[in-house]
Amino acid sequence: MLSQIAFASLLLIVGYIVFTKYGRIRRNILLGKDEEISGNTGERLKNVALIALGQKKMFKRIIPGVLHFFIYAAFMITQIELIEIIIDGLFGQHRVFRSSLGGFYTFIISFIEILSLLALIATFIFLARRNLLKLPRFHMDEMTGWPKLDGNLILIGELILVVCIFTMNGADEVLHRMQGAGSYGFAVSSGLGPAIFGGMSEGTLQILERIGWWGHIMTVFAFLAYLPFSKHLHILLAFPNVYFKKLTSRGEMTNMPSIMNEVKSMMGLIEDTGAQDSMEELPKFGANDIFDLSWKNVLDAYTCTECGRCSSVCPANITGKKLSPRKIMMDVRDRAEEIGTHLDKNNLECVKADKKEGATKLTKENFDDGKSLFDYITNEELHACTTCNACVEACPVTIDPLDIILQLRRHEILDLAAGPAEWTPMFTAIENNGAVWQIADDRDKWAKDALNS
Amino acid sequence: MSDLKQLKIDTMADFSARGEEPEILFWVGCAGSFDARAQKVSLAFVKILNEVGINFAILGNEESCTGDPARRAGNEFVFQMTALQNIETLNMYKVKKIVTACPHCFNTIKNEYPALGGNYEVIHHTQMLQDLIDQGRIKLKEGGVFKGKRITYHDSCYLGRVNGVYEAPRKVLEQLDAQLVEMKRCKTNGLCCGAGGAQMFKEDESGDKRINIERIEEAMDVKPDIVAVNCPFCLTMMSDGVKAKEKQDDVMVLDLAELIVQNNVL
Repeated sequence: MLSQIAFASLLLIVGYIVFTKYGRIRRNILLGKDEEISGNTGERLKNVALIALGQKKMFKRIIPGVLHFFIYAAFMITQIELIEIIIDGLFGQHRVFRSSLGGFYTFIISFIEILSLLALIATFIFLARRNLLKLPRFHMDEMTGWPKLDGNLILIGELILVVCIFTMNGADEVLHRMQGAGSYGFAVSSGLGPAIFGGMSEGTLQILERIGWWGHIMTVFAFLAYLPFSKHLHILLAFPNVYFKKLTSRGEMTNMPSIMNEVKSMMGLIEDTGAQDSMEELPKFGANDIFDLSWKNVLDAYTCTECGRCSSVCPANITGKKLSPRKIMMDVRDRAEEIGTHLDKNNLECVKADKKEGATKLTKENFDDGKSLFDYITNEELHACTTCNACVEACPVTIDPLDIILQLRRHEILDLAAGPAEWTPMFTAIENNGAVWQIADDRDKWAKDALNS
Repeated sequence: MSDLKQLKIDTMADFSARGEEPEILFWVGCAGSFDARAQKVSLAFVKILNEVGINFAILGNEESCTGDPARRAGNEFVFQMTALQNIETLNMYKVKKIVTACPHCFNTIKNEYPALGGNYEVIHHTQMLQDLIDQGRIKLKEGGVFKGKRITYHDSCYLGRVNGVYEAPRKVLEQLDAQLVEMKRCKTNGLCCGAGGAQMFKEDESGDKRINIERIEEAMDVKPDIVAVNCPFCLTMMSDGVKAKEKQDDVMVLDLAELIVQNNVL
């Protein structure tokens, strides 16, 4: 009874943490601009099935793809056992599904055990790959400190989880036999249990089984509570992120109707609506902070698990430039977190100067802490991008770092009138000469020359 | 060759004056119009169009930059100005079908002009070349000048990864009786030449290496006689890379249209 109460309390605490912390992340994501993303449900669901559930893009690199699949599959299938553990924990049962499921139960647990074993192997390899093999993408500048520790903590948690599963099932197996009920017949623990725990006293085995049981569920709870602080959120957010993925051509940059209409009215193509003059504030172009990005950009940032596949294929990064698409995503997330923290604390020092008076609450609308995304991302990084889409192609969970880079470039050029000085002659030439170079020749001189020769 | 058809390059204005409409508009682009090296590609493509008897026109002085580099640099104003101007012209001539030898022009007209009111069927010249070969309208000579030569094909970002055209150019190359060798990073994984996103118009940011050098080194690894490209900017970048490696006597950088012209001695 005592353990049931302890379990129920723990479940409540975890539930509370999940509710508040995940709610906070949802709030942070929605700091981004509203953008209606809907339609094509069939295509979107197909993407979720193939890319998120099926991990299609992970397999572009086959070895990590397969290893990751082991961990992923073990995680997914273990959910069944987790439901059983929660029911057992709340109602003081032991393996509540076994009597009703019979042979299928043996099959499911065996399946979980085999996948857990494969996941264990994969976890060791991943730990070695992260820490021993000097894989460049795990050792870039942005991967020091917390991101590095975060990556390792998750893997260590994974190790504890699997060890607990086998301790639980192994000790239980020996107990079961000791009680004359024969073997459970689970694929791994029916052999592993007696090999490790055989010969131990019933009391020791009972304690070990409980350690395994509690250790398993505590690790899962810790994991849940840890996720909102970790890059590991991709296990949840990958699904909505893939669902809301851009379906139009990669080659199309988001149009800016305000500018289009202004140019159209300048060219006399449409009636001047005078909308521009009646606007109180000058319109803002591009993005320099979370509020200017789309909520989908911020969802991208929270979905990023820092695998670095984007940066490892980025031509700028490969040739030693400062740009790393992964860092762009991490910067957007860190900035959203920073704003979120101010909002949580209702830090009224961050109220915009013109809205200071009368402000009793810090909100998204009156927020101004004097910082922006440009405190995280330098112009040099933005200027190094070739818009080649390699990062977009590489991301296993369809994150689009390029979209963010381009919005920041728009801010730099349109709002700040800054940007690389070398671009100015190109802009001027297009404006005045209709070509990217200022050349006095006729545009069809090449043709005339050819016809005359 | 004496049986070569007389070279003919009319503008849309010429067609309009005669009250005629061409089958297709050849969008030449800034590079194809002004860059000395890319002009040769324009000419090669025009020779092919002439040879197979396609009734085409160019816009001549009525063509402007599509605005790709301005837009990607972040200058939406300049993009909208030049793009809307082009759309006005194209719609005035009731253009329906466009072919271009530049993947940046291809992408912008195909994917970005519709939102501004410009809707056309747009193809890249390598797609057209493949069609013409498939239809038997271009017959490549067996045992031509490329017999036994090693050709590696550099995927441009805006034809390949952005628009998913990987096979058409390769099918064209397969017809040349040459040996097609792939670089380590090809197709969806192809490495950029370094020119896109308006990089063509500025120096590289500081780093260890220029991107075109990285790419040409990768090309050199497969020991090609020819690096085949489909984009005037890749053409510049890869040619510069070959020169930087002092390999210009051993390795040629050529557009697919040029390869066909040389094979058939047009």
